[in-house]
Amino acid sequence: MSDAALLNVVLWLPVAGMLAIAALPKGADDAVRWLAFAVMVAQLLATAALYGRFDPAVAGLQFETRVPWIPDWGVHYQIGLDGYNVLLVMLTAFLGPLVVAGAFSAIRQDVKLFHAMVFLIQFAMLGTFVAQDLFVFYVFWETMLIPMFVIIGVWGGERRIYATLKFVLYTAFGSILMLAAVIYLVWALYQASGEVSFAFADLYRVALPVDVQALLLAAFALSFAIKVPMVPLHTWLPDAHVEAPTAGSVILAGVLLKMGTYGFMKLGFPLFPEATRLAIPLVMALSVVSIVYGACLALVQTDIKKIIAYSSISHLGYVMLGLASLDLLGIQGAVIQMVSHGLTAAGLFLMVGMIYERCHTRDLAAYGGLAKALPVYSVFFMILTLASVGLPTTSGFTGEFLVLAGAFRSSWLAFQAGGSGFNLAMASLAVAGVVLGALYMLWFAQRFLFGAAKVPHAPVPDLNLREKLVLAAIVAAVFALGLYPAPAMEKTELAAKEYQRLVAGAPAAKQARAEGSAR
Amino acid sequence: MGQLTLIVVLPLLGFLLNGLAGDRLGKGFVSAVGCGLPAVSFLLTVKCFLDLAAGGDAPLVETAYTWAAVGDSAFAVSFWFDRLAAVMTLIVTGVGTLIHVYSIGYMHADRSYARYFAYLNLFLFFMLLLVLGKSLLVLFVGWEGVGLASYLLIGFWFEDMDKARAGKKAFIANRIGDAGFLLGMFVLYSALGTLEMDRINAAFSASPLPAVSASLIGVLLFVGATGKSAQIPLYVWLPDAMAGPTPVSALIHAATMVTAGVYMVARLAPVYVHAPEASQLVAFVGALTAIFAATIAIAQTDIKKVLAYSTVSQLGFMFVALGVGAYGVAVFHVYTHAFFKACLFLGAGSVIHALSGEQDIRKMGGLARKIPVTFVTFLVATAAIAGIPPLAGFFSKDEILWFAFASGRGGSTLLWLVMSATALLTAFYMFRLLWLTFFGRSRMDPEVEHHVHESPLSMTAVLAVLALLSAVGGFLSIPHFLEPQLPLPAVPEALARYQTPLVAVAVAIGLAGLAAAAFVYGGTGERARRLAQRFAGVHRVLYDKYYVDELYDAVLARPLLWVSEKVFLGLGDRKLLDGTLNGMAALASRGAGLLGRVQIGSLQFYAFLVLAATVAVILWSWRHV
Repeated sequence: MSDAALLNVVLWLPVAGMLAIAALPKGADDAVRWLAFAVMVAQLLATAALYGRFDPAVAGLQFETRVPWIPDWGVHYQIGLDGYNVLLVMLTAFLGPLVVAGAFSAIRQDVKLFHAMVFLIQFAMLGTFVAQDLFVFYVFWETMLIPMFVIIGVWGGERRIYATLKFVLYTAFGSILMLAAVIYLVWALYQASGEVSFAFADLYRVALPVDVQALLLAAFALSFAIKVPMVPLHTWLPDAHVEAPTAGSVILAGVLLKMGTYGFMKLGFPLFPEATRLAIPLVMALSVVSIVYGACLALVQTDIKKIIAYSSISHLGYVMLGLASLDLLGIQGAVIQMVSHGLTAAGLFLMVGMIYERCHTRDLAAYGGLAKALPVYSVFFMILTLASVGLPTTSGFTGEFLVLAGAFRSSWLAFQAGGSGFNLAMASLAVAGVVLGALYMLWFAQRFLFGAAKVPHAPVPDLNLREKLVLAAIVAAVFALGLYPAPAMEKTELAAKEYQRLVAGAPAAKQARAEGSAR
Repeated sequence: MGQLTLIVVLPLLGFLLNGLAGDRLGKGFVSAVGCGLPAVSFLLTVKCFLDLAAGGDAPLVETAYTWAAVGDSAFAVSFWFDRLAAVMTLIVTGVGTLIHVYSIGYMHADRSYARYFAYLNLFLFFMLLLVLGKSLLVLFVGWEGVGLASYLLIGFWFEDMDKARAGKKAFIANRIGDAGFLLGMFVLYSALGTLEMDRINAAFSASPLPAVSASLIGVLLFVGATGKSAQIPLYVWLPDAMAGPTPVSALIHAATMVTAGVYMVARLAPVYVHAPEASQLVAFVGALTAIFAATIAIAQTDIKKVLAYSTVSQLGFMFVALGVGAYGVAVFHVYTHAFFKACLFLGAGSVIHALSGEQDIRKMGGLARKIPVTFVTFLVATAAIAGIPPLAGFFSKDEILWFAFASGRGGSTLLWLVMSATALLTAFYMFRLLWLTFFGRSRMDPEVEHHVHESPLSMTAVLAVLALLSAVGGFLSIPHFLEPQLPLPAVPEALARYQTPLVAVAVAIGLAGLAAAAFVYGGTGERARRLAQRFAGVHRVLYDKYYVDELYDAVLARPLLWVSEKVFLGLGDRKLLDGTLNGMAALASRGAGLLGRVQIGSLQFYAFLVLAATVAVILWSWRHV
């Protein structure tokens, strides 16, 4: 099988899984679980093979498929891997089996529908990452909404309807504006070149006046910023996380939030470079606000899921900061930080799920001294906490360090060259987030793990083999990215450079774009 | 794998072995691995030291691997062994191994024996990364890593919430410093394009100098040092760190980790040479911390707290030396301090061990005869820290006082006066401690007194070795050894004639402190009581450590929580954001009263509606393009 075909297999395997599950008889819950797990593992293996064969020395798309889909509109089914998405596709495939394994004992109602929805969202998320045509991207982007809506709405907690409607309304609101911007963009391409195309590569070449760029960027940015989420568009996230079942939280924090940051990196910023450059101080400021605000709110939560939810807002602030830095270190750091957050937040949500299954409460005050009662659980929890805090040797450090170094360097150089000190102040302030991060996570760990043992429904068993394996996989990935990120970063380097060139706009690149659109 | 890499990796191996399998393999195995691997590291360090000498002083360099490469910059994990690194590595592995051995006896009854040795080895791994790293990034990994090990070991008995809290406090205070350290690194990296310390030092030794303020870098990195090395304003974690097992206090919170800030400044001496403002700040903070902590130590009643404040104070001495450009002298004090402070802490551990856990010196007394080995070694180390010649502390402290007075780079009479006063206080509070612990009548609980026993050989032997080193270690002149790498500051010729008289003054100060303590605490202790009564207010303030913890709590912790809770969460998230949203939703639902009929409560129907609406919008917009 060619590699391009294999990528299609990766993308469509979840759909096959869905159909296979549908064919199973009602009530065969264990069969559904194992089948789903097997399909996810197959997908992971196929993705790993592609990941291994992804050539870091090749710029642009690899394993590309491009066939006409709606010829009248110039829509192509175009997918491929590049440096932008390769790590995120890998992350998505990696978390797939863990989501299923993590839900083995937690989901007991409508097992078939649940796994169908997990497959559907897996399909939509992968599709969003690999799509290279804006129409295809948009379809996948919208498709993600439905399974998440159902997952929270059916298997969620008490206030699930409120949470899921809030989630859908927020994101749908953003999407509508993005749709309008997409249409305008394609129309502008048509006006300039006479061709109708949704291909990213073509759209990058559209040269628009800066005021139009600003409007379109605002429309895209709103949609993406809601997904990230950036303060002040974040209030849907804590509710969604709290009400979602564990699997929902894991998918949400692990992958779904990265749609926003990925969208900025792949589309929002490179499509509208002039406007982006003007907006950079604003983006940096909002990133820092997200870092600090998210951390402060995490500090005063009493629900363990909310702590991690708010910490997500803080951690994704670093990603945005790195993207806005337009510095190679910062951009590479942003990508690593996306993956790192995907791993640690997914791991922590899984662990919250595990303790919830045992003790039936998410109230932090109900817990204490787990290190004594559940030693294995506590070791894993501590490792993920420290990774989340960005301790060296973990993936969190790699991401945070590179982002902060990049943001600082670019703003320092601009300041030295006579620019304003605003960005430098923001970059320096972001470093303070390092302290706040330690503050809330260690405070959490202290109350959760240390002190006199206080375990609701005690005695409860420590982790079983399935849970240990799930967490061990995550921890291994966390250390791999912390101790030796070079191989992963190698794969994203050319894309980071391309992003930097597209957005920072060296004069030559700008000219090429103008020529391209004149052709 | 190269030998430098091996020195670093061996303790890591110990951590993994003991951490993953120690509980199953028994105490013998745990002790063998836990002490054996650091001992091998020590022997390898000795070998590297001989190689260094044989190789005509060319630093040994090893690159393990490239951590990450971005654009044209590569971050390599590499190690660098020169004279300075040699001294530090010998201290870390040497004293480290001794304290591991001591721990066998001290921790023998602990349920988490394997976990203890795993953490201790983890600490050594990170500490070796810190002193051997060639790049500031590697140093920083070690820097944060030792903080982690310290956090884990302070909170070793985590069931006690106070101990867990002390661990967290240490981590946070260090993190605040680390934020400054990171900024310093970023400025360096932005300006020079590298974090390799040999290249940084070369850049600042060349002319023209890099176009970046050395003082800015110096100050930012020093912020990191105030965290790790417990200087004002971030020293508050160290006294609380005494919650950990006593050998940990000796190794991490006295002999090695807390000197990391001193090492870092000495390592980047060429930067600080060009940073007069930063150097002044270093000297000022050092002096202030030294005398401040010494006054607190006078009034403390917990044997470990006295030693903890003494450590803070002694670290202040080291920073004074750094601030006046006498980098080699600062390292000299690191070296002698490692011996006598480790000896004191382990001696305190032996006392606590003998008294079944009692740490309050008001409930000790008269122990000299009952635990003689502990007493003699403690006596030697006390005399050493007090600066009684010819013990180790005398040499290093005397040199610090001399350069505080005479250095052409910031020495002054005032600085000398402050440091001499601190030296006097040091001698006083140390002999007070010695007196209250070992002399006079016994004030022990009869029950405790009944069980008093000398510690096992594995502990007393270590005490003896450290006492010996505290006694004779000063004859090895570290500043002279380091001079090719860290030249001493010039002394104005006019001041040279003061050198001998000042030595005499220094000796007199040490003896005066001893005499004063003997006078106040000798006999019935009546004088001490009256003194405390007459200066009750001062005594209270000192006993309560100037209320700094309370101040930080009121000025930093509470406002942060208040703003987060009331402003961000209450006003921002709940009222402003969700309030607006819910208001809009209410408005919409009132307006959509008619549509209310479609709310048939079926989730699938909602999902379908969303999907249909999306498709409709897409189709609609297409017809209108």
